[in-house]
Amino acid sequence: MIQLVPRQNASNLWQIATPLLAVLATMIAGGLLFATMGHNPVAAIRTIFWDPLFGMASGYSRPQLLVKAAPLILIASGLAIGFRAGIWNIGAEGQYIMGAITGAAVALALYPLEAWWLFPAMVAAGLAGGWAWGMIPALLRNWFGASEILVSLMLVYVAQRIAAWMAFGPMRNPQGMGFPGSRNLQQYPSASNPELIAGTGAHWGVVAAAFAVLATWFLMSRHIRGFHIRAAGTAPRAARFAGVRPAVLVAFCLGLSGALAGAAGLFEVAGPAGQITDRIGVGYGFTAIIVAFLGRLHPVGILLAGLLLALTYIGGELAQLTMGLPAASVQVFQGMLLFFLLGFDLLTRYQIRRRITA
Amino acid sequence: MMIDPLSVFLLLLGASTPILFAALGELVVERAGVLNLGVEGMMITGALAGFGAAYSTGNPFLGFLVAACAGAAISMLFAALTQVFLANQVASGLALTLFGLGLAAMLGKPFEGVRAPSMPAGPLRINWIVWLGLVMVPLVWWFLNRTRSGLILRAVGENHEAAHALGYNIRLTRLAAIAFGGAMAGVGGAFISIATVLQWTEGMTAGAGWIALAIVVFSNWTAPGVLAGAWLFGGVTVLQLRLQAAGVAVPVQLLSMAPYLATIIVLVAISARQKFSRRAGTGAPGSLGTNFHALR
Repeated sequence: MIQLVPRQNASNLWQIATPLLAVLATMIAGGLLFATMGHNPVAAIRTIFWDPLFGMASGYSRPQLLVKAAPLILIASGLAIGFRAGIWNIGAEGQYIMGAITGAAVALALYPLEAWWLFPAMVAAGLAGGWAWGMIPALLRNWFGASEILVSLMLVYVAQRIAAWMAFGPMRNPQGMGFPGSRNLQQYPSASNPELIAGTGAHWGVVAAAFAVLATWFLMSRHIRGFHIRAAGTAPRAARFAGVRPAVLVAFCLGLSGALAGAAGLFEVAGPAGQITDRIGVGYGFTAIIVAFLGRLHPVGILLAGLLLALTYIGGELAQLTMGLPAASVQVFQGMLLFFLLGFDLLTRYQIRRRITA
Repeated sequence: MMIDPLSVFLLLLGASTPILFAALGELVVERAGVLNLGVEGMMITGALAGFGAAYSTGNPFLGFLVAACAGAAISMLFAALTQVFLANQVASGLALTLFGLGLAAMLGKPFEGVRAPSMPAGPLRINWIVWLGLVMVPLVWWFLNRTRSGLILRAVGENHEAAHALGYNIRLTRLAAIAFGGAMAGVGGAFISIATVLQWTEGMTAGAGWIALAIVVFSNWTAPGVLAGAWLFGGVTVLQLRLQAAGVAVPVQLLSMAPYLATIIVLVAISARQKFSRRAGTGAPGSLGTNFHALR
């Protein structure tokens, strides 16, 4: 008979080993799944994880890695801070959409003005839009005790409908011949978020993501607020005695993660997406939750996890094109990854011993 | 515009049924002390499995049976994570939702664009499954409040340490509750695909599972409260659709926000009442959302 013995402290070795184990297990289980659907499992896994980086079409797909990873890392950096404190913002998708809308609104209102300050103003508006959308669940929790999980999630559906309304109504391109969707910001020099170094895919969002990783690392390991957040997550009662005010943390964590998600939305709409449509939300806000967990809520881990999940997006598209795998298989893959991670996590918190029976 | 109250009530019954099933199931799960945020994932699984079975066999009732089994089966992934591997319940529930949505979208491709077989109407021309949902309300109430098993389930949810000390099997009780919740969510999801939309489309549950979670909070963890919440939600949905059909000068996209905004408002109102009321506030089970690990 085996027995689980709780560890005093989470094992450092398993902290690092479990994400790797989870990725490996996902590859095996995913391969089996593809095999049952009649695809060659080895080829499918190679197409998803290897070909985008080193395969024939890697010249096209490699820059996509940063394009896809930037919003994931930016959003996950914010989410991880809240998750550490036990504050569950799962509505990042909505904050992302609202950031895209408010940021694009600045550009669309001032069109065709060309000015150096336009793009910074859009970034500020995107941050503010995401922040405001994240503050709704924060205030409702602080004032009335409403669950931030459910409120933030409901607001995703509301944001999606606002985006659809914008695309068909107020923001519709007057020169778009009646098609839904706003003006394309890629064709508006002052408002666009172009590739900064040709061939790398790096746009301002990538710069922001790198900055977010550094800033959240500093916050969590060098700043008193980060200490409060970690204390509130591990020992809420002790944290309260140490003078941590829960309401302040709720507002800070939801506001910050909302702002970062909003910025991610702005960089996307001004860059790779180009315009506000009813499909501006593509699920980065939800995938970022997986990124945060896979990265162990640690900035460096999130950086690596963001790159890995970006790879599954690109590899999934490639597998769709070359092997005819269904588009949703990426989502299944990402879901599986989280399952395995949560399962293997047992090893970081418990020791497995053989039970000694007398 | 004439609105016949009876026809509105019949529409309301239909609109509230998916939420009613899912929320009743989640009610039992939460009363056992488990917070399963995977309702949306289990509903979409049921919606697809039920639709697939109903379409392939031509028998919609078989579809609902398959949906219940599929919902229960996928809920076991969550059960394994939280009850065996002792993983965080919030994260595991989210994982179940993300996985379920992806899996259904992937396996649902062959069923796109085909129509569900028609269902024979039940007594009073009301769908049989709507009747089943209404019958489930007193049944769940009776089970929770008037049976020994229900008492054990509530004890496990209220204080798992004490229940364990009394010799009850926490893990088994919770596994059973989670499976029941999965089956109910599966039926609720299948009602959307088989009886309401009559088609399979990706992501068709559109947040119904999350609304069901909010309804459980609204109900203050009681079965009659779940019925009230589901009807309230159904009423808002029907009203919104009626206003759309009547061509009110509000964009369709804004009208369709109504159920989600109503859910937030209701959640805030009920949370505020539980927070500020002088009588002991919330009916939330004491061990809700926490895992149990027996050291002895």
